[in-house]
Formats: sequence, C-alpha cells, structure tokens
Amino acid sequence: MVNGATEESVLRLIPLLPLAAAAYHGVMLGLVRRPTPRTVTIAISCGAVLASFVASCVAFWSLIQHPNGSHLLVDNVFSWIGSGVGVHAFSADVAFLLDPLSSVMTLVITGVGSLIHIYSVAYMDDDQRDDKGFQRFFCYLNLFTFSMLILVLADNLVLMFLGWEGVGLCSFLLIGFWYSDEWNAYCGSKAFIVNRIGDFGFLLGLFLLFSSLVDVGKPAVEFQDIERNLALITEATLAVPEWLGGGEWLLVNVIALCFFVGAVGKSAQLPLYVWLPDAMAGPTPVSALIHAATMVTAGVYLVCRMGFLFAVAPFASMVVAWTGALTAVFAAVIAIAQTDIKKVLAYSTVSQLGYMFLAAGCGGYTAAVFHVASHAFFKALLFLGAGSVILALHHEQNLENMGGLWRRTPRTHVVFLIGVLTIAGFPGLSGFFSKDEILVAAFASEIPGHTWLYGIGLATSGLTAFYMFRLHFLTFYGESRASADIREHIDEPGKLIIYPLYVLAFFAIFFGYAGLPQVWGDLVFGVDNSNSLANFLMPTLAVVPHNQLDHTTEVWLAAAAITAGVVGFGFAWFFYMMRPQLPERIAAALRIPHQLLVRKFYVDEAYDLLFVRPLVAISDRVLFRVIDVAVIDGLAVGGIARLVRATGTNLLRHAQSGFAQTYIFFMIAGAVAIVWILLR
Amino acid sequence: MGPIEPFLLSFVTFFPLLAGVGLLLIAALASWIGTKGLPDSLWKSVGLASTLATFGVSVRLFVEFDATRTGFQFVEHLSWIPEYGVNYFVGIDGISLLMVMLTTFLVPIVFIASWDDIRESIPTFVFFMLFLETGMLGAFVSLNVFQFYLFFEVMLIPMYFIIGIWGGPRRIYAAVKFFLFTMFGSLFMLVAVLVTYLLHFEQFGALQFDLVSTTGESKALLDTVIPLSGQIVDGEPVVWWKTQTWLFAAFGLAFAIKVPMFPFHTWLPDAHVEAPTAGSVVLAGVLLKMGTYGFVRFAIPLFPVAALEFTPIILALSVVGILYGSLVAMVQTDIKRLVAYSSVAHLGFVMLGMFALNEQGLNGSVLQMVNHGVSTGALFLLVGMLYERRHTRLISDFGGIAKPMPVYAAFFGLVTLSSIGLPMLNGFVGEFLILMGGFLAHPPSAAVATFGVVLAAVYMLWMYRRVMFGPVTNPENRSLIDLGLREKLVMVAMAVPILWLGIYPNTFLLRIQPSVIELLHQVEVRTALTTLPSTEDVALLAAADTAADPAADPNREPQP
Repeated sequence: MVNGATEESVLRLIPLLPLAAAAYHGVMLGLVRRPTPRTVTIAISCGAVLASFVASCVAFWSLIQHPNGSHLLVDNVFSWIGSGVGVHAFSADVAFLLDPLSSVMTLVITGVGSLIHIYSVAYMDDDQRDDKGFQRFFCYLNLFTFSMLILVLADNLVLMFLGWEGVGLCSFLLIGFWYSDEWNAYCGSKAFIVNRIGDFGFLLGLFLLFSSLVDVGKPAVEFQDIERNLALITEATLAVPEWLGGGEWLLVNVIALCFFVGAVGKSAQLPLYVWLPDAMAGPTPVSALIHAATMVTAGVYLVCRMGFLFAVAPFASMVVAWTGALTAVFAAVIAIAQTDIKKVLAYSTVSQLGYMFLAAGCGGYTAAVFHVASHAFFKALLFLGAGSVILALHHEQNLENMGGLWRRTPRTHVVFLIGVLTIAGFPGLSGFFSKDEILVAAFASEIPGHTWLYGIGLATSGLTAFYMFRLHFLTFYGESRASADIREHIDEPGKLIIYPLYVLAFFAIFFGYAGLPQVWGDLVFGVDNSNSLANFLMPTLAVVPHNQLDHTTEVWLAAAAITAGVVGFGFAWFFYMMRPQLPERIAAALRIPHQLLVRKFYVDEAYDLLFVRPLVAISDRVLFRVIDVAVIDGLAVGGIARLVRATGTNLLRHAQSGFAQTYIFFMIAGAVAIVWILLR
Repeated sequence: MGPIEPFLLSFVTFFPLLAGVGLLLIAALASWIGTKGLPDSLWKSVGLASTLATFGVSVRLFVEFDATRTGFQFVEHLSWIPEYGVNYFVGIDGISLLMVMLTTFLVPIVFIASWDDIRESIPTFVFFMLFLETGMLGAFVSLNVFQFYLFFEVMLIPMYFIIGIWGGPRRIYAAVKFFLFTMFGSLFMLVAVLVTYLLHFEQFGALQFDLVSTTGESKALLDTVIPLSGQIVDGEPVVWWKTQTWLFAAFGLAFAIKVPMFPFHTWLPDAHVEAPTAGSVVLAGVLLKMGTYGFVRFAIPLFPVAALEFTPIILALSVVGILYGSLVAMVQTDIKRLVAYSSVAHLGFVMLGMFALNEQGLNGSVLQMVNHGVSTGALFLLVGMLYERRHTRLISDFGGIAKPMPVYAAFFGLVTLSSIGLPMLNGFVGEFLILMGGFLAHPPSAAVATFGVVLAAVYMLWMYRRVMFGPVTNPENRSLIDLGLREKLVMVAMAVPILWLGIYPNTFLLRIQPSVIELLHQVEVRTALTTLPSTEDVALLAAADTAADPAADPNREPQP
C-alpha cells in the first residue's frame, strides 16, 4: 500500500497530465513559429493520456485497498474561489474526490481515451497535411481529456462545472475542427449554444441548492457536504408564482429538475438532443471519444452523482425516467431511416443515453453506470469501426454507397459485427447484461407508469437490433454500391487503426462479466456476489426503494429482451438481406411518413422557425432599430437635444444680453434661490 | 525609491502627468533653441516608459497592501483650501486598489498596441494619454469628494480629444455626445454633492468635503445623517421632497450614465465605434468603471436607505440591460458596436451583483469590473488589430480569418471565451459570484440574469464563427498577415490576467473582501443612523455628536 501523501496526490496527476500536454501544444502553436514534429506531438499527447491511465489505475488500486466504508480519496489542491465569511461564506476548492463512481469513470475515460488517442494518430495523419493542424487536433483532444477528468473527479459542483463547460468547449472546437467548412463551424457553435442552455439549468440548480443550504445555515457546494445536509431541506417548499399556477413545489424537485436540464443538454436528450447528430461533422475519433463514450455521458454521471438528491425528489426522478424512455424510442425511430453511417450511430447514442436516464430515473443508478461503461466500449468500437470503413472508402459516409465491404475489410467487419451484436443485446455480451439491468430496474421500480417505461425500453431494444443490423447489412453485405474508381481502391486501414478496435472488442464482449447480474451468477455460473461492479459502486450511489424480483421474473424479462432483439434482427434480415428492394418500395409507398423520418421529424426546422428566427428578428427590428435607435436615441436623447437647442435659440439668447449688471443679478438671484430651497 | 515612500500613491497618480508635462517643457525648450522639437519616437518611448514605471510602482502598492486590514491605506492628507473643507486626500482600499491596478496595467498596453496605429500628432496623443491616466487614477484614489469631482470631470477633456482627433468619420458627433451625456449626469451629482456638503455643515458646523475622517475625532461626509423625509416648513413636512432619495437619484444618474445602464447607454456604441483603439480600450476598460466605482464608493455608503429603495429599479434595469444588451449585440453588423453592446450586458451583471448588497454579490461585482476591463479591453485591441489590416470592422467583410491568421484567431478565441464566462478564465469567477449573490438576495432577478450566460455565448460565438470560420470568401482576406511580435506581446500580456483571475482569483478576492465587508458594515450603520424613528431623534443624535460645537444645531432656522 502506498503511503498517505502520495496516495492522494496521485489524483491530481490524472487530470493535470493531459492539461500539461494541452498547454505545451497551445504554447507551441501560439508562440512558436516552427511546427512541432509529429513524433513529438504524438509522444507528448498519447504519453500524457497513457500516464493518466496508469495514474487512474494506481488510484483505483489504492481505493480498493481501503477497508469498507471509507471508499474515497480526497486530494485538496488549492482554494479556488473563496468569498464571504459567516453564514454566507462560499468557497470552492480545486479538490478531487475519488470514490467508486468517479473511479469507474476515470478508468473508462483514460482507458478508452488512450485507445482513441492512438487511433487518432493514424486517422489524423491521413487527414492533416499540416503539422500545425495535427498538433492542434491533439491539443484539443488533450484539453478535452483534462476537462472530462475534472468533471468526474471534482469534489464540488463548481469545479465540476469547470469540467462541464470545458468539455462543451472542446466539443465545440473539435466539431468545428475543419473550420474552413461553414457547416462544421455551424455545427460546433450549435453544440456549444445548446449545451449552454443546459448549463443555464445547471447553474440555476447550483444557485438554488446553495441558497437553500444558506437558509439552513449550512452553505456548501461539496458533494459530501450537500449530501450530509440535504435532509435539512428535503421538506422545504417553493412558493410558485401565480402566473405559473400558484401552489407550492417541493424544493428538491425544483433543484433536481434544474440539474436535469443541464444533464439533458449535455447528454442530448429530448428536447435538447439536436446538437448531437450534427456533432458528427467532427473527425470520427472525436465522435467516438466525445460524442459517444465520454462527454455525452456526463449528464448521466451528474444524475448518479447527485443521486442522493434525485432519490428524495420523486417527481424529478419520474421526469428523468420518462425523458429517458421517450428519447430512447424517439431516437431509435429516427435512426431507422438515416443513411449516413455516423448519423445512425449518433441517433443510436442518443437512444442509448435515453436508456441510461431511464435507469437513473427508476433509481437504478448502478445499472445506469454499468451501461455508461459498457456503452463506452461498444459505441467507441462502433464509431472507430465506422471510421475505419470511412477511411477504407476514402471519406464516404453514405450507406447508399457502401455494401459488400466484408470481403475487402474483413477485420473491420468482424469487430464491427461484435459491436453490433453487443448493442443489439446478444446474450452473454456486455450490452446484454447492462441493458437487461436497465429493463429490470424499470420493471421493478415503483414510479407511476413503470410498466409503460419497461414496455418502451423493450420496444426500443427491438428497434435497436433492427437499425443496427440494417446498418451492418447495408455496410458490409450485399453488392458494393460504391463508385467504380473507389471500388478499385478499398483498402483496410493499418494496424494503428485496427489494434485499438481489437482491445475495444475484447471489452465489449467481456466487460459485462464485471457487472454480471446476480441472476446469471446464481443460475448459470454458480458464483455468489457476481455483480462486483454493483458491489463496488453500492456505497456511493443512492438507494431507491423498489420491488424485489425473483429469479424467474428476471429470466422472463431477459427472455423478452432477447425475443425483442431477435425480432429486430429478423426484420432487418428480411428487409435488407432477403428483399433488399423492399425498403425502397415501402419508402415510396409511404412517402410522407418516410420523409418525416428522413428529415428527423423536422425538429431542427421547427426550432429554427419557433426560436431562432423570431429572436433574431425581434432583436434586430424591434429592440435595435425601434427601441434603441428610434426611441431612446432618437426620441428621448434627440428630443432633449432639440429642446435644449430650441430653448437656447428662442429664449436664452435674450438672457445673453452683454450687460454685466444683468449677469450679476441673475447670479445672485440664482444663488439665493438655491440656498433658500435647500435650507428652508 | 526612498524619498517617494510616503507619497507612493501620489507618485502613481501624478507620475504620468508629470512625464507628459516634462516632455512638453523639453519640447518647448527644444523648439525655442531652434531644433524641430522632439522626435515622435521619443515621445512614444518616454510615454510608454513612464506608464510602465507607473505600473511598476502600482505593483508595489498591490504587494504592500495589507489585505488583513479594513479602511484606507497609503493615505495622504494635505490641506488645500481648508476653510471650505477642500483637501488633497488620497488613499485606497481593496476596491480602489484593483481599479488602480487595472488602469496602470491597461495604459502601457494601449501604448504598445497603438504604436503604429496613431500616425498624426503623436506628441499630443502621448500627452493626452498621460493626462488621461492621471485623471483616472486621481478619481480612483480620491477620498475628498470635491477632488473626486474634479478628476471625474477633468478626465473628460483628454478623452474628448482622443475621440475627437484620432477617431473615425463621425468622431466629432461621438465625442460631443460622450461629453454631453457625462456632463449632464455629473451636474446633478454636483448639486447633490453640494447639498450633502451643506447638510454636513448644518449638522456639524464645519465645511468638509472629505468622505471619511482622517482621525477619529473630526467628522466627515460619511458621518453626516442624510434625512429621509423632507424638511419641516412651518411645522408641515414637505411631502414630495425626500432628501436621501433625491440625492441618491442625482448621484445615481451621473454614475448610471457612465456605467452605462440601460437606457442611458446610447452614447457608448457611438463613442466606441468612432474612438481609436486606444480610446476604446481605455473607455471600456477604465472609464466605465468610474460609474460602477462611484456607486460603490459614494452613492451606496452615503445614501444606503435610498440605495435599498432604488434596488428594485436598479435590478430591473440591470436585468433588462443584460438581456437587451445581449440581444442587440447579437444583431450588430460592426464588430466594435457588438462589443460595445456586450459591455452594456456585462455591466448589467456588475450592477446586479452590487445591488445584491451582500458579500458574494459585491465581491463578484468588483472582480467583474476588473474582468470586464481586461476582457473587453482585449477585444477592442483585437478588433483594432484587424482594423489596422483591413480598415473595416463589418462582420460580413470577413470570414475564414483563422486560416491566414491562426495565432490571432487563437487569442481572439481565448478572449471570446473569457468574455462569455468560461470557467478557468476570468469572466466566470465574477459572473458566478454575482449570480450567486444575486440569488441569495433577489432570486427571480438573478434567475433571469443567468439566462444572460446563454445569450453571451450566442452573440459572441456567432460573431466569432462568422469572422473566423468558414471559407475565405473575400480575396482581400487571403493575404492577411498574422500577429507580429509586438502584437503577440500585447496579447500575451492580456492573457496573463485572464488566466490568473480565472485560476487563482483569491489573490484579488482576498484584497477586495475586507473592503466589501467594511462597505456592508457602513451601509448597516448608516441605515440605522438614518432610519431612527423621528427627526427629533436624528437631531438629538447629531446634537450629541456635536455637543462641543453649539453652532451646529441641525434644527436651526435658515439665516435671513
């Protein structure tokens, strides 16, 4: 066992190593004219993230060495913002907290992050002719890793917000990485701004929580202190203004909902999911790391981290569960009709994140975290696999121009198939276990309408199998639909691309056994306490009362999930392998619903029409041109000026007579008047 | 530095002006003996050197400032016109310390930044800048209200000329507008100052402009009881006249115009758009802070009850300013005008935090004054750099600038992020504390203001995207040259406070904190003093205070 000092200080290394790498790149890019050689860039970037992974492992190791009950390490680095004394005192430190939850997250972030850094070396080498651009990419990637690690390691809400905004920034920078393209730049800003709407909720929640804690004399922003003092405010209510219907709301519900707005923005849930599909404009490794494996799970992490709050806020939890369920099915439906390989995966991510919220809303925090981790592996695998396909086809992303790739890219085909099977819930793979846990949590929960939630989850699982196999069939099987000159040059990418995929495929298959549900531990493998992930996480996650299910029910639930998957697979097989002409004919027959799907229910267009355009128009035509220019500056200011001028030319001119006596008279009269008025 | 030790603050204040006057004298001497005067480069170098020296000495102030003490430090008090209570009285607390630092930091940067920008009448420009610096510093360190008023007005003169001489096409209009707006407000303030002065005389029988007393015994303006209700005329109170309310309104109007708060802001976009870069930076960076500083130093402590009375109005105007400023900024076509409107929004935050009247809000407010000075100053510097190259500021003339000017784009990005309050950069800390303070005092206003963080991202990023990203459509932009060494130096210098204030704001918060607590204490004490039940009690209290001086009977009849 490591001694106390180093044991905790290792925590700060985890985020600071990537930060140092990013800072190095930043200084070299900004202030040194000469480009840094690629090898140096690679060594520093990948080295930093790998070292961070090692540090995470060391931290994890010292965490599990701890005796039960003291499941955390705190590393207090310095006092960041300190303001006020007494009951209003506020202080936020740069302090890191490693508990089982953040430990799992750091391992996933640095582990998957390292693989994606390595993958990016090859991917971006192919893309960027320019050394500076290459370095810029890794600068952003390191900065992202830093922010994400701060987000999960922060011991207080304010520092977490730093990471929260930081990942949003890096997402913006990386989506718009090829900024010369108008569309990419647009997508980047869109992501940042939609995220900011979520951040608005996060901040409101934070302020509301803090001020309620001030009211009971316990101001704090640290998670542990909040948890300790939360009982003092669980009964508090908030008077609702008349125009909102009046009455009183439970304060914790309001706070939790505010935080959930933040989570909805970051994790791309209804109605703020619109940025994520567009985020696919970024380089594919970015889509894998940020927009699938890590950043977008931050919202789920927030809800789990604040589980103690959501656990006592039943209404908010119900909203979380329903939002998750509806998003899951909504995005899955849209994914069916998408033709861009990355867009399908993007909607699938939105849908899977919906699952995670469904679990968290039902109180299945362990299930949510389990799915966060397993999803990180299989979705990163799918995205990187898609990247490999895109590279093989020389930056072709349209499914309509793919097909038959399994011959030309056999290794990609195999790992991609593993990814598809995992997400579709093939028994024994990690996605099967984690999704099963979520459906069980929904089924067993006590929130109103939980059977509906379960039903939606189950249906989504069928849809997932359908659109994922559709994707797989269209990409790898059938006749190649690529243009002739591309067909000539389809090559499977090199080792740096493929090896990270192997590692991810390994975890996609076997990670599930870390969180093996007890039912399988008992029935199949004959081990006690098989769900080591849940046991590990249990002490830090909130517990919500739920119905106990017996093993028979759980087996039936699993059977239902498998059936849904098989049905989805069957339909996909029928439509895209047996009758490949059929989908087109159906699309032609059902033109309007099909268009609705292809155009993603016109949500983007509706937002544009309802919010963006009116806001710009009102700001320009009313606020600026009418109020500012015409009323304030023209009427008021200009009016006073004209009045003064008129008075001057018509009246006061006579006063300026040139007679000294008159002047003196008015001066004295004025002075007397003032003194009289003031002192009477 | 030995001999200047007791006059450190005066040295900081007057050294720029002295250098300017010295240069003038030498130039006059030189032309008298027949040479062509001093070369422009000498003017610029000496100007820069003297402002750098000023900054150096102010760093010493910062280091030697005792953050554990409340009250004013580095105090100097000299009789000037003692019969009328006009004294030379300077001193700084944590709040004015930061304002002084901001000023001395920005002026040398402005010198470096406009090294090649100003091409005409360089000696005049240098002189006015030095003059302006002394004017601003003088206002921040003044503890005598008369002296403050003097500096407050005097700095208009160099600023007027800086806009009027080196400005854009509509510079005269903008300069006059700027001048008239400020004069208009400050005349009200002058009357209010005189009334306060006379009230002090009524109560203590002495004429005094000092804000605080230098010794425990003597009385200063802050000891004056400012009555709430009107005076008694023939036994009947004058209903419409509420002394404290009207005095606060007069001070408030002067400062609100300077801030500028909605709806007194329309001089600002014009002044910014027409001013040369140097003018814009100083205007946004320092001059606007005169308004917010005036509230903190004078209006709130002198008239605390009225300040509370006005709080709903000021909060409403601040929140409107935040939302309105952001939305109007969003639709601007000229980058400088956009930044000007963003200032309206940012200063709305400053006012919101200030009128939360609690520690978080005030700490954040003071910090945000500095942050705004740095971020907006940096934005104007960047806009100026682009203007020097392309002689346009229209967003539509650009696009894809990040390609030819990557370093410029990077710095612009950093400053943009600081302006929209990204954590780890300066803007966040101030905004966060302001909103937190606001939430503790007036949750609904603060909640609405929080939406300002979304809008800030909208207008800044939209502008950034249209200027920096996309393809280079305008061929003139293709051959733009990236930042040179001088410009990089300027931007690196600006990046230092942006990062420092964001990562370790406690250096500054520690120094602000005692002054803020002192201010809140003053507000409490003076509120108690003025809200005593009846005028008789006020009279009794004042009489007890001035028992030694029988002439100071506050209830005496006006002299015929």
